[in-house]
Amino acid sequence: MSILLDEHSKVIVQGITGRDGSFHAKKMLEYGTKIVAGVTPGKGGAEEHGVAVFNSVAEAKDRTQANTAVIYVPAPFAKDAILEDIDAGIELIVCITEGIPVLDMVEVKKAMDGKNIRLVGPNCPGVISPGKSKVGIMPGHIHQPGPVGVVSRSGTLTYEVVYNLTLRGIGQSTCIGLGGDPIIGTRFVEVLEMFEGDDQTKGIVMIGEIGGEDEQVAAEYIKEHVTKPVVGFIAGRTAPAGKRMGHAGAIISSGDSTAEAKRKILKGAGVTVVDYPDEIPAAFEKSLQ
Amino acid sequence: MKIHEYQAIEIFKQAGIPVIDGQVAVDADEAARIAEEIGYPVVLKAQVLSGGRGKAGGIRIVEKKGDLKETFRQIKDLKIKDCPVEKVLVVRAVDIKKEFYAGITVDALKSNVVLIVSSSGGVDIEEVARADPRAIRKFYLNEGRSIDKTLWLEFICAIFKDPSHQQKVTAIFQNLIEIFFDHDCSLAEINPLVIDGNGEIFAADAKINFDDNALFRHEDVSEMRDLTFEDPNEMEAKEQGLSFVKLDGNVGCIVNGAGLAMGTMDMIQLLGGQPANFREVGGSSDPEKILHAIKIILKNDRVKAILINIFGGITRCDDIAKGILEAKKQMDIPVPLIVRLTGTNEAQAKEILREQDIDTFPTMREAVVKAVGLGQG
Repeated sequence: MSILLDEHSKVIVQGITGRDGSFHAKKMLEYGTKIVAGVTPGKGGAEEHGVAVFNSVAEAKDRTQANTAVIYVPAPFAKDAILEDIDAGIELIVCITEGIPVLDMVEVKKAMDGKNIRLVGPNCPGVISPGKSKVGIMPGHIHQPGPVGVVSRSGTLTYEVVYNLTLRGIGQSTCIGLGGDPIIGTRFVEVLEMFEGDDQTKGIVMIGEIGGEDEQVAAEYIKEHVTKPVVGFIAGRTAPAGKRMGHAGAIISSGDSTAEAKRKILKGAGVTVVDYPDEIPAAFEKSLQ
Repeated sequence: MKIHEYQAIEIFKQAGIPVIDGQVAVDADEAARIAEEIGYPVVLKAQVLSGGRGKAGGIRIVEKKGDLKETFRQIKDLKIKDCPVEKVLVVRAVDIKKEFYAGITVDALKSNVVLIVSSSGGVDIEEVARADPRAIRKFYLNEGRSIDKTLWLEFICAIFKDPSHQQKVTAIFQNLIEIFFDHDCSLAEINPLVIDGNGEIFAADAKINFDDNALFRHEDVSEMRDLTFEDPNEMEAKEQGLSFVKLDGNVGCIVNGAGLAMGTMDMIQLLGGQPANFREVGGSSDPEKILHAIKIILKNDRVKAILINIFGGITRCDDIAKGILEAKKQMDIPVPLIVRLTGTNEAQAKEILREQDIDTFPTMREAVVKAVGLGQG
């Protein structure tokens, strides 16, 4: 098995007629993703790469029984795109769009409250279960099926890590980019829980970065609940001190969000923390022994 | 995006939050005129976008007319965290009986907007948060702008004991909440919120930061941007849809995605080199962006090599390759380009570069090692 996504996932592409939406719909189709519909308001009835385009998600879901949606619409319209998915009862929403206002995401999260819906992103590369399905913008060819679950706050750095794993012959169960925005649908802990319960996943690679306190929360969870080996990398060790956001931000995240603090706390939770992304495959092989 | 205190005060005033009388001055004569109108004593406050004004001597009380011009000049000559003082706010000095802290921001982990209030205002509030967390109270805005009356009363009565104060601060906080949502703020802060000898309550400072992602729907906010405080290279980069942070080293960096950019910088430094900038070419690809990126980096004459590390996802490697060719065509690039391209449309990209005899490096480490070597040479 893999998590979140497999060969049976039926996918709607929102914004399929735009530059990025169209390009990546094609790439996903080539990879073997089951894209059953596209949505662009006002372009219902058209076709893109042989995929039927509908005016709304509700209509597309009704006609195709889709359970997954991926969003490529521009930031000003992304909130409505996600809300449409929530209303239509889409189970997995992957939002690629970058630059969504944070108060729009506050609204989205409120709308998701109490509903059995998983949102990944926004501002993320998406989800791929190699050999089965890819939903997002990651280059498919660098992946291969295998035993490592990859979860990351970064997009391109995830590719770098996956590429190194594949070069070494270590495949992946599922790779998830959580997204770089302050408010995101899914965080480390939820993915760690899914990987822990997934048979195919034998070990986990976790890629974090400076800022916020997700890695600290994840470290606590790993200590208590994760039995599989975890290899970690934190980007931003040498980054100039971040721009602080007034006093209120500091009060909320009173923890130390530097890379060094995160590395230390992860090590304390039993995670193998490496210095360079290309050291991850070797660390992983060692931890599996 | 940040604005000055005097600009935030205007927004407070329009929203009905009581502020202290005052006006902004650019020279000593103007400051003297304003002080005369308000009446002594007055407080002079340097208008800069960074914090720590008080500690830097940027906030001074002036008791009498004779001292005003000299104090004004001293403040005007300051550089606060490298920022020159262009404007000084002149306000009435208030007889402060008690100071509070109030701020609204987004708590990302809770995906919610939160109002934070403390009875220890005016001082180093982060220190209060560490030393005495119970002195800080939080009210989560679960219902957006509308607040649950029962919960609110419980919250406000715990901090403000006097019923007349409770009423006044409720009105102030409701207005602050409106400001936060109306303008897509990332921070709306009053520090300190003061009670004077007559029991009146004022915002004695005003700080508002805006969500850059929401500026597209707030033209009035964008117009308040003070360009004198922004690095011109960072501004130019922003206009081109690039993010740019200037550093002290000599290896120019063009990387896609913030995570890989940080990872690349880390590797450069851990291997003994020094990056000249943090440059991220952002999501969707456009050949023009590479051209602009190279142009901006070359303005820095310390740069000895430009490292281009691209792992294409939504960025297509062939677009980057076209950008590199265009740059070579349009200008003389006096330093070596170290190129590493992997990912989406990688094969097409390498084909394009091969035709122009530009070598690419197969891995990030090999490219970084080469660039660090050139930087040291």
